[in-house]
Amino acid sequence: MKKMKKDVLVIGGGITGVQSALDLADKGYEVVIVDKKPSIGGNMVKLDKTFPTDDCSICISAPKMVETSRHENIELLTYSEVEDMSGSVGGFNVDVWRRTKYVDPSECTGCGDCADSCPVEVPNEFDEELSTRKAIYVEYPQSVPLTYTIDYENCVGCGACERVCDAESIHFLERSEQIKLNVGSIIIATGFEMMEPDEWREEYGYDQYDDVVTALEYERLLSSSGPTEGNILKPSDGKAPEKVAWIQCVGSRCKQKGMPYCSRVCCMYATKEASITKGDDPDIEPYVHYMDLRAYGKDFQQYYEKAQEKGVKYRRGRPSRVYKTEDDKLAVEYEDTEKGEVKTNKVDMVVLSSAIVPSKGNEKLAEILGIEVDEHGFFESKDILTAPMESTRDGIYLAGCSQSPKDIPDSVAQASGAAAKALQPLKGRKRKGKPEKPEERDITEEEPRIGVFICHCGKNIANYLDVEKVMESIKDIPEVRYVSDPTFACSEDAQAEFKDAVEEHRLNRFVVAACSPRTHAELFKDTLEEIGLNRYLLEMANIRNQCSWVHSDDPEKATEKAKRLTKMAVSKAKRLAALKEHEIEVGDKTVIIGGGPAGMQTALSMADAGQEVTLIERDDKLGGKLNRLNTLFPSDIDAGELARNMSHRIEDQDNITVKTSTEVQEVEGYVGNYELTLSDGEVIESDTIVLTTGFKEIDPDDFYNYEGDDRIMTQMELDEALEKDSLEDPENVVFINCVGSMEEERPWCCRVGCGNSLKNAKAIKERYPDSNVYILYKDMRVFGKNEEEYYADVQEQNGVIFLRYSTEDKPQVSEKGDKIHIKVHDNLLDDDVEIDSDYLVLAMQLEGDPSASELQKMLKLSSNPSGFFMEAHAKLRPLEFPSEGVYLAGGAHYPKNIADTLSQADGAASKAEVPMMRGYTKSVGMIAAIDDDRCSGCKMCISVCPYGAIDFNEEDEVAEITDVLCKGCGSCASVCPSNAITQKGFDDDQISAMIRSALTDEVV
Amino acid sequence: MSSEDFEPEIIAFLCNWCSYAGADLAGVSREQYPPNALNIKVMCSSRVSPEHVFESFHEGADAVLISGCHPGDCHYIDGNYKTMRKAELMKKMLDDFGINPQRLRLEWVSSAEGGKFAKVMEEFTEEIKELGPLDLNGTSLEGENDE
Ligand code: FES
Repeated sequence: MKKMKKDVLVIGGGITGVQSALDLADKGYEVVIVDKKPSIGGNMVKLDKTFPTDDCSICISAPKMVETSRHENIELLTYSEVEDMSGSVGGFNVDVWRRTKYVDPSECTGCGDCADSCPVEVPNEFDEELSTRKAIYVEYPQSVPLTYTIDYENCVGCGACERVCDAESIHFLERSEQIKLNVGSIIIATGFEMMEPDEWREEYGYDQYDDVVTALEYERLLSSSGPTEGNILKPSDGKAPEKVAWIQCVGSRCKQKGMPYCSRVCCMYATKEASITKGDDPDIEPYVHYMDLRAYGKDFQQYYEKAQEKGVKYRRGRPSRVYKTEDDKLAVEYEDTEKGEVKTNKVDMVVLSSAIVPSKGNEKLAEILGIEVDEHGFFESKDILTAPMESTRDGIYLAGCSQSPKDIPDSVAQASGAAAKALQPLKGRKRKGKPEKPEERDITEEEPRIGVFICHCGKNIANYLDVEKVMESIKDIPEVRYVSDPTFACSEDAQAEFKDAVEEHRLNRFVVAACSPRTHAELFKDTLEEIGLNRYLLEMANIRNQCSWVHSDDPEKATEKAKRLTKMAVSKAKRLAALKEHEIEVGDKTVIIGGGPAGMQTALSMADAGQEVTLIERDDKLGGKLNRLNTLFPSDIDAGELARNMSHRIEDQDNITVKTSTEVQEVEGYVGNYELTLSDGEVIESDTIVLTTGFKEIDPDDFYNYEGDDRIMTQMELDEALEKDSLEDPENVVFINCVGSMEEERPWCCRVGCGNSLKNAKAIKERYPDSNVYILYKDMRVFGKNEEEYYADVQEQNGVIFLRYSTEDKPQVSEKGDKIHIKVHDNLLDDDVEIDSDYLVLAMQLEGDPSASELQKMLKLSSNPSGFFMEAHAKLRPLEFPSEGVYLAGGAHYPKNIADTLSQADGAASKAEVPMMRGYTKSVGMIAAIDDDRCSGCKMCISVCPYGAIDFNEEDEVAEITDVLCKGCGSCASVCPSNAITQKGFDDDQISAMIRSALTDEVV
Repeated sequence: MSSEDFEPEIIAFLCNWCSYAGADLAGVSREQYPPNALNIKVMCSSRVSPEHVFESFHEGADAVLISGCHPGDCHYIDGNYKTMRKAELMKKMLDDFGINPQRLRLEWVSSAEGGKFAKVMEEFTEEIKELGPLDLNGTSLEGENDE
């Protein structure tokens, strides 16, 4: 039995759990991640691409996984499960059962020889069982940790793997073990599962027909590392389909046949899959059968439009069944709600967008932890709107899909938010500081003395090329003072050999010709550092992944190539210099701009963690839109009360300075060094800045006779009227949704309009039970926790009438006596409806606050045409900007409901606190440097730098780099016409040496 | 040299985050492709400057490949868009020098596209084999000397 004392336990190692862990570990807290799978990565790594940017999923998630596994403050317990828990907040005792993999992770090199030798084939879960794997396996090629696992159930015990494993890492006698953890707080990030379509929707033929697949199966078919290498082929016969149909809401939005809730992501992933399909193979005709197309998020609507332009066809109406026709096609039978007739769509393949359901283990885990799950099995929040990330027990927090379905950016925002919450029980704990490093030997005056290791990688290299000859080819180079060919360069023995060789030969640079630097360079760099050499004095030649493995059919040529690759590496190594990672101090002062709910929550969160906060608000009081709203969707809580409550808590905090009626006029500086000039003339210093500037309704004057008519109001004005109770007992009230939205000029969806109409319609119905309330809508986009249920209630209980109109045929508004006359063509009835109404409510399109564009210029950020800031990465960095030091949350990012706003606010707090709590931030080593004497002041570099890291020094007329902001892409170096910029570690001399060496077959 | 036994020399610049990872995955998946290209890793495809490309040709490369992340996927936000523009320019310059611009190829290979990487290597090598060795014919590709 092993014992471990850590600060935080994260249960679940998908993208959400990983993000929570990284946020905490970066602040110096010790985190342990428990995942029941052999590898972390969760569901995201299975996806081909991600909407709405079509980012390659594994490309963006793999670096995070690697970072997690290498983090000095993170311990990974994979293939493990939580068994028992006692104690309470601040001191939970958790028992974890770690199943044995029968493979020693410290010895396994991940070469895969074992799997090659294994005679057992079993269905591969990672490929949704569309392919097979062996009984000894890694889940996917980029698995973290890259340790093979013997799956005990399927292993026949033949011992073949053990015999071929050169690293001797397989131990059949290794036992599973119990680990006793002691932690201060717990984050649950157990993710989701997809509903088995047959459970509720047998009529779609998932079990009957091979070519009816789930969306996740389809995702594997799209993936270039999946079972069909990215070719879309029918499982039945391996041929390409001509027509593919997606069926939406399979098990979602239907109490009787599945779950009542909306799964929130299916409309978009189906759109993505369909549009990628069309892009990959223009001959395929994709159809999406949907009910409401919920393209609610940032850039979703535009993505949906683009899919239609590409040729994806959308058919409204929930299909009733799928059956096989005589000509062997799959017929999707559906009612065309726009025409009211039953139709069939004959296709070759059907993809079921099945519901996101809670992970199976949730209930058991809830029992162990003593917390609640909701009626579906998602973990229950303390309050779904105001405390979404708090479980029903202190010290246990929720993130991502464990709480309710959500997409990746909403999940990672919550992951960071939960990380901020998890700090509360850790107050007073000592955090790990900067790791101590051995003193570094100064080698500037030394001639290059290079040690070269040519790795056999067991047989993975040595079997396919002649290691001896590679050694021969460089051993007489004068700078090469030591050559060795370890069986495994990454083994402990070899690390010791590095050390001895340095002592004996005073080596000052290393070349390791082995596997890939992407997986192993950090290990060798750590070794260098331990020996007292700068970690950048290493160059790797990739003679395995990019040579022996891919030219195994021609050992002679492979050997020749390996020689050249090694010579190229030696040529570069001769020119390597010690590089410095520049550090700057980051203190504990932050400025939050915008005092709405996002700003208030960020302030509270950061103040609670001990930061000095200045909260700046343009109005004369805090609260932002909460001051104008009546209630909040979907739980009808009082908005004003929430604002007052938060304001009081802010007043009670000593370390928050509130500056109302104040605006920011000027910002100078960068992370750790900001200087803000305020409208009252005061200048304040700050280490970080959080932007929570919110959103606003667009000008309603040009829409639906708004101007000059008091009975026509915007949603916000109606909220105010409801709050003041100033409506006069109406007979009829009409809401029009999507006013100014999703049209050419403003193509985006406002995300919150539908929900606002629903809750206000309900409020009117409750206040004036005899009134008739109509909602004129395009697609009903309610998607969050409890929202679909609310919508169903408003329809059924409150009797609100819903009429669906189209962009082409918008409602007509005219004056009729003392009423407002509204004529609308209802798509569902295919008939005109005319209403004489007392009030008309416009759900206006929303845009970024105008102050955003000023701030954007001051801080060198970007925003999109809708006036919302552009985050660093749409999927994985929604709360950050490309350069460190500035963060965002809430409506400044995009309109969102209060639960998502508060999650983001806590998340942004967590992000800003990373450099603040660490006390410093540092640059990478391979940053760019400018030679003043050569710089002509042309400013080309300034225009290409994506991080705003280069400024112009007007006095000397030269460009200047702020080291800590440079991320080392090298694009400035490649455009400088005066050759004044070098990218360290990738400078022209080094690149040129590699080119010459490659082409002359010499070390140059 | 007959085109049969002509083995082109190719310099391949790969960005660290996607294409280099894609090349790694080709290995993990044990794809097989011709060994003609020698890979040089850069952090981002946008690091590759015209000088590097011209120097490669000058030193005897028959072809140059620049491979980065798919548009939108660049680890440094928009580096690959800059690469795209630069590559266009370089192709024009090559044309001016009398070098077939086909000898410079720009590709987007993601870290999940091991198969694609192998295919690019295969196709490009074939294509250059058909074009035959690069004959610089006295063309000087050396950049202007710094004053
Ligand atoms: S990092 Fe791959 S192209 Fe920029």
